Formats: sequence, structure tokens, C-alpha cells
Amino acid sequence: MTATPTEARQPRKTTGRTGRPRSRRRNWAGGLAGWIWLVIVVVPLYWTLITSLKTQSRYYATNPLVPSAAPTLDNYRLVIESDFLRYFVNSIVVTAGAVAPAVVFSFMAAYAIVRGWHMRSLRAINRLFLLGLAIPLQATVIPVYLIIIRLHLYDSLLALILPSIAFAVPLSVLVLANFIRDVPKELFDSMRVDGATEWTTLWRLAAPLTRPAILTVTIFNALTIWNGFLLPLILTQSPERRTLPLALWTFQGQYGVNVPAILAAVVLTTLPLLVLYAFGRRQLLSGLTAGFSR
Amino acid sequence: MTSLTRHRPHRGSRAFLPWLAMPALVVFVGFAVIPLVGVFALSFTTWDGIGAIHPTGFTSWRTVLTDPGLPHALGVTFLVMTVSWAFQTPLSILLGTLLAGRQRYRAVLGVVYFVPLMLSSAAIAIAYKALLDPNFGLGAGLRIPVLSQDWLGRPGLAFGVVVFIVSWQFVPFHSLIYQGGVQQIPKSLYEAAQMDGAGRIRQFFSITLPQLRYTIITSSTLMVVGSLTFFDLIFVLTEGGPGDATRVLALDMYKRGFQASLMGPASAIAVILVLVGLALALLLRRLGGRDAGASQLEGA
Repeated sequence: MTATPTEARQPRKTTGRTGRPRSRRRNWAGGLAGWIWLVIVVVPLYWTLITSLKTQSRYYATNPLVPSAAPTLDNYRLVIESDFLRYFVNSIVVTAGAVAPAVVFSFMAAYAIVRGWHMRSLRAINRLFLLGLAIPLQATVIPVYLIIIRLHLYDSLLALILPSIAFAVPLSVLVLANFIRDVPKELFDSMRVDGATEWTTLWRLAAPLTRPAILTVTIFNALTIWNGFLLPLILTQSPERRTLPLALWTFQGQYGVNVPAILAAVVLTTLPLLVLYAFGRRQLLSGLTAGFSR
Repeated sequence: MTSLTRHRPHRGSRAFLPWLAMPALVVFVGFAVIPLVGVFALSFTTWDGIGAIHPTGFTSWRTVLTDPGLPHALGVTFLVMTVSWAFQTPLSILLGTLLAGRQRYRAVLGVVYFVPLMLSSAAIAIAYKALLDPNFGLGAGLRIPVLSQDWLGRPGLAFGVVVFIVSWQFVPFHSLIYQGGVQQIPKSLYEAAQMDGAGRIRQFFSITLPQLRYTIITSSTLMVVGSLTFFDLIFVLTEGGPGDATRVLALDMYKRGFQASLMGPASAIAVILVLVGLALALLLRRLGGRDAGASQLEGA
């Protein structure tokens, strides 16, 4: 699972000049906390999974931590029949539609900020983006709602995409700029000597060399937008426009007492991310910190 | 960095650079900066979310500032913030140090450990809601009375549950940040300390913690500013209840605006939310002696 090619492309950041605390004695406190926290993490996940495979009557009657002797997929069938495929497609459209432009735009901006650090305008733009990190952007949803109405985009998937891009920009620019800054200056110089424009340098030099960072930012934004709840809640209305988290919430309202079905919906909406996690874990985790822990 | 600052690309391309930043800037201004200004403007209006917007001066502010709901929501917000910070930070440092250490632990813990990072707050809240059900949840099923309380039905318990679930969701992320921080501490510091005969605990407090200073600031900033936006989780889990025990500012804003159709007062709450966020970010920056974010671009 971890032997994917991504392993080889880990950002240099987290490996490189590292030193590990080393002691001949064991880290008992850390070890204990680690195992306890592991149990705390695992139990709800395990319980959710096995319960989603139980019938409703078994759910009430059996030990909650023992898997059903006769696991059933009926709950999953019910979820899928409740139009979850459509919500799944909606989530894909919104996520792909927002992440691609968010990453491309952020990369271009990060490149400009790093290469044009001597320009006052770009430093100002950078400060503006940094401000976005300090301000809880959710606080702006009321005017966002107003703008979306005025643009006649209310209750459309585009209404979710546009603010999602904007909210993704600050962190993406910060992380990407950190990595572009690590590209040796000599490489930029030689591109320049060869007569390459900034546009060419951006795509031919900076992009390939910072591919791990681009991938990381992509995964991180995809995660945030896929899991987004507030924007769909306020910017859409009709069932046909629901994305998965919102659909999950309404499904829960509808099937209140059918806990196994609700948990099947939870598992199903989570499944795509778990698949992503299985394949890109190293990339994701090493990258997540790279932007922060310098 | 200094060499980069002095370096200038040739004339033709130099003017081109700001244009590269334009697409990101346009979207960011359109859907973040303008709304930020807009929320100030809307706080001086009366609007039901559908009809016309009427400027009404300080009416909304008067409503909000005289409402006992505001100090309550502020109080709950700060309490969630500080309690979850105080719970998550030591735990994350401990786990981060552990994860940075022995490969053996990491291999075992690593896989499952970070799964909560993948899940949406809505999914987590829904699963926990079922799990904590006093009659049919996990505690009731196992017949353990202590665990089968009305977790979400009693104010104090509901608050604790919110803090716990927030930690469940975000401790992995912060452990990761600390793991990265610990891995960048020069090994030589530990070797020197070991030669001086410093024990493990001594090393932790005299080397690891001080060296993690900026990591702590970064992680805390993210936690604190992030805690202002715990909307999804609380909304799905308790809707601010029981009563208004878990009604944080973000939830207060949503309920006033989108449920009670009072966009004016809701915008005033949003402004307060922005100001609190900014104040906290500045405060943490002061504490750290440098801005965690800006320094990454300017310093190094």
C-alpha cells in the first residue's frame, strides 16, 4: 500500500537535515499516550463500520463491539437507492472544479511572489493572502451568499466552486511559495540565459521541480472542499444540488432511528477519501506539515 | 533570500510577474476580500436574506450588543477554544515527539492514526451522535452506566463532548505538525545533552520544548483561529444545544442569519468573529516574536 511511487517523491523538507531525539531509554509517556490515543481513534471507526453491516434489529440486540454473525449490505443498498450516486457526482464536480483552478492560480501567484519579491505590488498581494490565514473566512458567508444571489448562481454547483477557490488560495500560495523558494537560483538564471520567459520558466522549471508540493496542495484542498458543509448548506437548496456531507446530514434527518443505515451512509461518503488515503498517505502526511513546520 | 531580493529578471518579463498573480487575486478579492468588507457594510443594514437591503445605521449593532446571547456565545467560543487548546497541545506534542522517534511505533500507529483527518465534520458528528445515544449507543450496548449518559442532552456533558470530538478530529493534524518540528531539531543538541548526562525528560524540557517554540505558535494559531470556525461539527452534533450550551459565535451567526432571517445582526456577529480572529492572530504573533506565516516567506 505504501510502496507506491509517491514514496520516492517525498518533499525534501521533511527528510533532509533532520535529527531525531535518540535515547537508549524508551519514551514511556509518549508510548503510552500513543497507544491510548490509538484505541480512542480506532474504537469509533470500528464501531461505525461493523454497525453499518448489521440489521436494525441486530443493532438493538447485539453487543455493539462484536461484528454481526450475518453481515448485511442492505443498509448500503438503501443509501445508494437514496440518490447518493448523484450526490457523489456533485461532490466530484465541485471538488475537481474548485481544486484545479485553485491550485493552478495559487501556483502562478506563488511563483510571481517568490520571483518578484522585489516588487512592492507582489509583496502587498502576499500580505493580503496572509491576512486570509488569520481571518476565519466562514465569517464572510453572508456577503458571499448575497454575491451568489446577485450573480444568479444560487442553487448551482458553480456557486460552491467560486468561494471554494477563494478560500483555498491563502494556504496554497503559502505552501507553494515555500517550495518554489527552494529551487536553486542558478536554475532560474540558466533558464533566463537561454532566453526563456517567466511563463516558460514557470511551467518548465518550477512546476516539475515542485511537483510533490503541488500534489500535496491538491490533496489538501480536495479534502477540505470534498468535506465542506457550510457553503452547500447556505448556497444550495434543491436535493439535486446536494454534495455528500449535506446529503449525509439530510439522510440522517430522514432515517433518524435507522442507525445502521445512517452509519452505512457515513462509511460510503468516507470511502473515496479512504481510498485516496490508502494510495497517497505518505504524500499527504509529509506534505501537510511541510507548509507549516519550517 | 537576500540574493533573491537583489536578483532581477530581465525587463521584458519583470512586468509580467504581477499578471501571474492576477487570477488568484481576482477570485480571492471577489469571494473573500469584498465579502469581508461587505460583512461590515451589511452589519449596518436590515435584510431578511431575500428582499431589499435597507441601511438602518446601528440598529443591528444595538440589537446584538444588548442581547445576552452575545456574551454567552463569546464565552462558549472562548471556552471551546481554550479547553480544546489546553487538551490538544500537550497531547499533540507528546504524540508528535513519539511519531518523530522510533520507526517501530510509526509503522504501527501511522496507518490508522490519521484516518480522522480524512473524514468530514458532518460524518464525524453523525457517527458520534449515534455512538453516544444514551439508549442505543455504545455505552448502553455494553451496559456500562458511566458511558450511557445523556451525553448531548446535558449542557456540561455536551460541551465536553464537543471538545473531545474536536480533539479526536484534529490531534492527528497537530501531531503531524509537531512531528515535523521535532524532526528538524538538530541531532547534535541531543548528543551534546546526552554527553552532559541529561536524561530523557530533561532533554525534552530543555531541548525539545524550547526548540519547538515556533511550531507551538504555528500550531496554536491554527487551533485558535480554527476553533472560531467549528461550525459543521457543532451544527450537526447539537445545533448549539442543549439550550444554548454549545452555541458558539459561528453558529450564532448562522442561526440569526439563515434561520431567523436577520442578516443585519448576523453580519454584526460575523464582524465580531473577524475581529476576534484578527486579535488572536496578532496576539499569538506578539507572543511568538514573529509571524508564523509571514516569517516563512520573509525569513529563513
